[in-house]
Amino acid sequence: MRDAIRFTRNGQVHEVRDVHPRTTLLDRLRLAERRTGTKEGCAEGDCGACTVALGRLVDGRVVYRPVNACILLVGQCDGADVVTVEDIAVDGALHPVQEAMVTHHGSQCGFCTPGIVTSLFTLYEEGERPVSRAAVNDALAGNLCRCTGYRPIVDAALDACAQPRDRRFEAHREAAAVALAGLERDGGDLFVGDESRFFAAPASEESLAALLALHPDATILAGATDVGLWITKALMEIEKIVWLGRIASLREMRSTPETLTLGAMVSHADAHEALAAIDPDLGELMRRFGSAQVRASGTVGGNIANGSPIGDLPPALIALGATLELAGATGTRTLPLEDFFRAYREQDRAPGEYVRAVTVEKPRRHDVFRCYKVTKRVDEDISAVMGAFRIHLEGRRIVRARIAFGGMAATPRRAPHAEAALAGLDLDDELAWAPALDALARDYRPMSDHRASAEYRALVARNLLFKALAESAGDEDLRIAPRSSGRAAAE
Amino acid sequence: MNIRHDPDDATPDGGEPLRHVRRPLPHDSARRHVQGTADYVDDVREPQGTLHVAIGLSPKARGAIRALDLSAVRAHPGVVRVLTAADVPGKNDVSPAAGDDPMFATDRVAFHGQALFAVLAETRDAARRAAAKAMVEIDEERPSVTIEDALARAETVLPDYGFGRGEVEPALAAAPHRLEGSIRIGGQEHFYLEGQAALATPGEEGDIHVLSSTQHPTEVQHVIARVLGIPDAFVTCEVRRMGGGFGGKESQATQWAAIAALGAHVTKRPCKVRLDRDDDFALTGKRHDFRSDFRVGFDGEGAIAGFAVTHNARCGYSADLSQGVVDRTMFHSDNSYYLPAVRIDTRRLLTNTVSNTAFRGFGGPQGMLMIEHVMDRIAWATGRDPLDVRYANLYRPGRDVTPYGQTVEETDTLRALVETLERTSEYRTRRAGIAAFNARSKVLKKGIALTPVKFGISFTLMHLNQAGALVHVYQDGSVHLNHGGTEMGQGLYQKIAQVVAEEFGIAIERVRITATSTGKVPNTAPTAASSGTDLNGMAAKIAAGAIKARMAARAAERFGVSADEVAFRDDRVFAGNESLAFGDLARDCVLHRVHLSEAGFYRTPTISWDRAKAQGRPFLYFAFGAACSEVRVDTLTGEYEVTRVDILHDVGRSINPAIDIGQIEGGFVQGMGWLTTEELVYDTGTGRLRTHAPSTYKIPVASDVPEDFRVALFPNANRQETIYRSKAVGEPPVMLANSVFCALADAVHALAPGEPVPLDAPATPEAVLRACEALRGNPLPPRDVG
Repeated sequence: MRDAIRFTRNGQVHEVRDVHPRTTLLDRLRLAERRTGTKEGCAEGDCGACTVALGRLVDGRVVYRPVNACILLVGQCDGADVVTVEDIAVDGALHPVQEAMVTHHGSQCGFCTPGIVTSLFTLYEEGERPVSRAAVNDALAGNLCRCTGYRPIVDAALDACAQPRDRRFEAHREAAAVALAGLERDGGDLFVGDESRFFAAPASEESLAALLALHPDATILAGATDVGLWITKALMEIEKIVWLGRIASLREMRSTPETLTLGAMVSHADAHEALAAIDPDLGELMRRFGSAQVRASGTVGGNIANGSPIGDLPPALIALGATLELAGATGTRTLPLEDFFRAYREQDRAPGEYVRAVTVEKPRRHDVFRCYKVTKRVDEDISAVMGAFRIHLEGRRIVRARIAFGGMAATPRRAPHAEAALAGLDLDDELAWAPALDALARDYRPMSDHRASAEYRALVARNLLFKALAESAGDEDLRIAPRSSGRAAAE
Repeated sequence: MNIRHDPDDATPDGGEPLRHVRRPLPHDSARRHVQGTADYVDDVREPQGTLHVAIGLSPKARGAIRALDLSAVRAHPGVVRVLTAADVPGKNDVSPAAGDDPMFATDRVAFHGQALFAVLAETRDAARRAAAKAMVEIDEERPSVTIEDALARAETVLPDYGFGRGEVEPALAAAPHRLEGSIRIGGQEHFYLEGQAALATPGEEGDIHVLSSTQHPTEVQHVIARVLGIPDAFVTCEVRRMGGGFGGKESQATQWAAIAALGAHVTKRPCKVRLDRDDDFALTGKRHDFRSDFRVGFDGEGAIAGFAVTHNARCGYSADLSQGVVDRTMFHSDNSYYLPAVRIDTRRLLTNTVSNTAFRGFGGPQGMLMIEHVMDRIAWATGRDPLDVRYANLYRPGRDVTPYGQTVEETDTLRALVETLERTSEYRTRRAGIAAFNARSKVLKKGIALTPVKFGISFTLMHLNQAGALVHVYQDGSVHLNHGGTEMGQGLYQKIAQVVAEEFGIAIERVRITATSTGKVPNTAPTAASSGTDLNGMAAKIAAGAIKARMAARAAERFGVSADEVAFRDDRVFAGNESLAFGDLARDCVLHRVHLSEAGFYRTPTISWDRAKAQGRPFLYFAFGAACSEVRVDTLTGEYEVTRVDILHDVGRSINPAIDIGQIEGGFVQGMGWLTTEELVYDTGTGRLRTHAPSTYKIPVASDVPEDFRVALFPNANRQETIYRSKAVGEPPVMLANSVFCALADAVHALAPGEPVPLDAPATPEAVLRACEALRGNPLPPRDVG
């Protein structure tokens, strides 16, 4: 059992023992290391001023992804190389993205700039070439700038990434690979603290089950993109944390012609490509899921286990048809994903149980899949309404349909009345769709909140079903961003 | 976008070519920004023993405080002291003028989140956790949250005020066409990326030094002195840079600096306040939201004959800067249009919400959006192109006097600018293409709008139109530059360094930019009203010019020429056939006891404003611009995309075109956010702000900015004698975004041509869909939250 969190910084291994389990990486950097280049803008993972690059070994190479240090716990850096804005220039020479930011007047007040530089650094170092405007927008979706209007930042990114690739950072990357490989040789459990207050990161599901049996009150931590806010905003006195990030079996992805299985700890970034391969709408949904930072940290299992009524993945998976696998000391069990969500933030998960994996059924011939996310802002926003539809056709007739919505009830939920009304409908008889559209009013009684009013939600849900039917019937030009433009995953 | 450097522009009228002014130099801190080495308040290494401050917030919006039990707060581990109003030795007042902003609430609370107390602890985490442990009992009363709540109670923070010209009612009655309506215009959170922050350090005998993230160091100094009951001279406020301000740190940075100073005063230890983002949303004011009710009479061409408007402004719980803000709404209710008979009335309503404050544009944007909406209403009613209705009303010779009596001297600039943009944006061709698209597209609709901007430059509170600068030349020829303006990202420091380098003919690297400090330049105006460069640039030029004159006199004496034969350029000083390095002359001046330091002072000439008579010339000049925006709307969901924006903007002759274009683009996008996705939602029952952080309050991101974004400067020297004939640029571009709002309305209008589009701001997807449904004849019930 290891009793120190270990990560690397500029070739040095940092061993951290005397740290409260809920300490964030940002506080570690700013207060303990006194590296103040990384800023706190919101402390909830939405503005990106705290963006740092987290490098992990993937097939022997360190791959860097942007993460929000404000809601990432120090323990989650275990086994990673942490790169901040101060580490990007090599021997006093600015990195190409830094140089381009200066040349293109990409900073004004400068407070968001370190995070923007770091996001562009990961785009530059890891992104596929050529880098498109869309790829730059995606890389920046999690970085708010209030001064520039982004144009000079986007120009800086495009300019820097259009130049021949600068290799100066490779020495850092290679040194980090050696250091991280050394750390990885120790595959044991991590436990920092004591029985009353700890950060634990078991290395296997056996260890996890045993630990959860001993501490059923512990907070299970996946990506911390929501639990982080319990700490920074709700100021919850979380004392026991069990992080799943070191268990390889929870990161497995399996694809068959019929199904896709995603381990609970598969990040949204890693799931993106596999989901996009199922359907372009799923690809677009994943592109708009949080931001690059959130997708790098957040996980499929976390998004499900969290039980948010506005989580984007559950409605899409439920509409496809998904089976959830839970595990614990007493073994594993499976259930349809929709049955997991019992009531507002109340899930069918016993103390000591954890979400293991989810398996979705891929659409088959004669299945039409559509999903639509409706938000105030296109990128990096939480859905007002999220609708997903799987419609099985026989010729121009609907045989059956699965419909699920987020934002329409206290949980992600199917629409049994509308599904029933759709069975047998003729796609060419638009007037006959009305009963199915009307049925949604019996399926959902949405609420009004700051994202949208109940009446807006109800109308949009109805219009999304209409849109799915019209698109199934072959109509085009029904959306702002054409369906084909759903960009394939490139993260 | 391309930054063109016009060679003709590099020569001042008949003089030497300019070497620094008009060049697109980067921001003075650009290289530090990108490396994370530009320090903000929270980055400065804290003195040993610094305490951290968290604010205790009111859980209710209105009512008498029955009990405030802070024993659990004091008992929390790490807590050193708890501050309440009882600890204030001076006045418990942080207001800019009216005396109605208590630093800590005492008997009553007036908005949800109002500061009740402050916790000083060894760590910020301990302070925040302790603050949450207060037991507060309040006899809760129903708060006024909406404009209608305030109207029903007839509660205001300031008296009603109006002005006008001519006989409006007869003009309305005689007009061939009349219509009336109302538009709601939402507020806006500043969302400066760096939240409010201050670090106060106690000195000898009650001295206080405070680092503050403020646009108004003098106000911070003055309010700290007031709160502590000490002379202003005991307090020094310093600010090197802010991580954004936008007006949100004009009057409302003072409270946090004053609380830090009180903590330092009481404990004799340094104290730091850095508000958590959610607390910042709750505790600091925003752009005012409005309901503007209007009546207009016009002819068949759309030319206005009579116009009356009442602006109902939601000011929040106190006056703050609402007098100036709502006055500026009045000054801009004409925008670029001549209103022959006009009446503009205002109500400054009290609501139990945080006190609304300055925000880039300072009330101007609301007045201008209102009149642009009126232009659209007239266009829909007459069937004319909205741009033609705008032309019919545009200020022109003979129809060039504003409702407050100031003549618009540059009507030619305004018209030329709009006509040029009409041509370069291919407005007419695109309008026809959009009509064709809309005729065949059932769900998706496109819209386009071209709107002008005319914005008055000068503080309307006359005494603020002054500035000071302090320039030293050291014996090695390096220059210390200081002035009353603050750097919040707008590039002011660099622009003024360019002015000073130009004056001395030296490399810009010789000019050392230094932090704004009340110890160096006293009694300054806030860096606001777009005036930073106009005022401080002149003051710095005057200071540098005075030193230069004394140096020239010394050089003339030394080389036996007359002073006007001495020239400063290329880091050298030329006198007849002789020359020497600038640094050598500086050394020579010191040896010959020539004074190499100067405090420059500037005050804006010509302007005047008599508020009681509503007459005068409040503005030295107007800045102009125009924008043409195109959008595409999904009429099933209300979602939309801005597909193209063309901007032509008048910055006079630019001191730094890169910085000016940055202001134009950034201002436009900020304005676009205000009018589209940025929605402040309060619980109507409790007064709690529900959009309290970036997770719920959505400012634009990169993908909201159209790829097709064409920005150009309109070549036009300022006719007033401003610094290098430039024009102010901070605020006017915000209102270029009115074109996006009008384009969205235009797209919705395609659903039912001729019908008025009941679109309110912000035009969120929900607001757009509501407008669509209204035009389809199925209006949704009014929205209510809480």
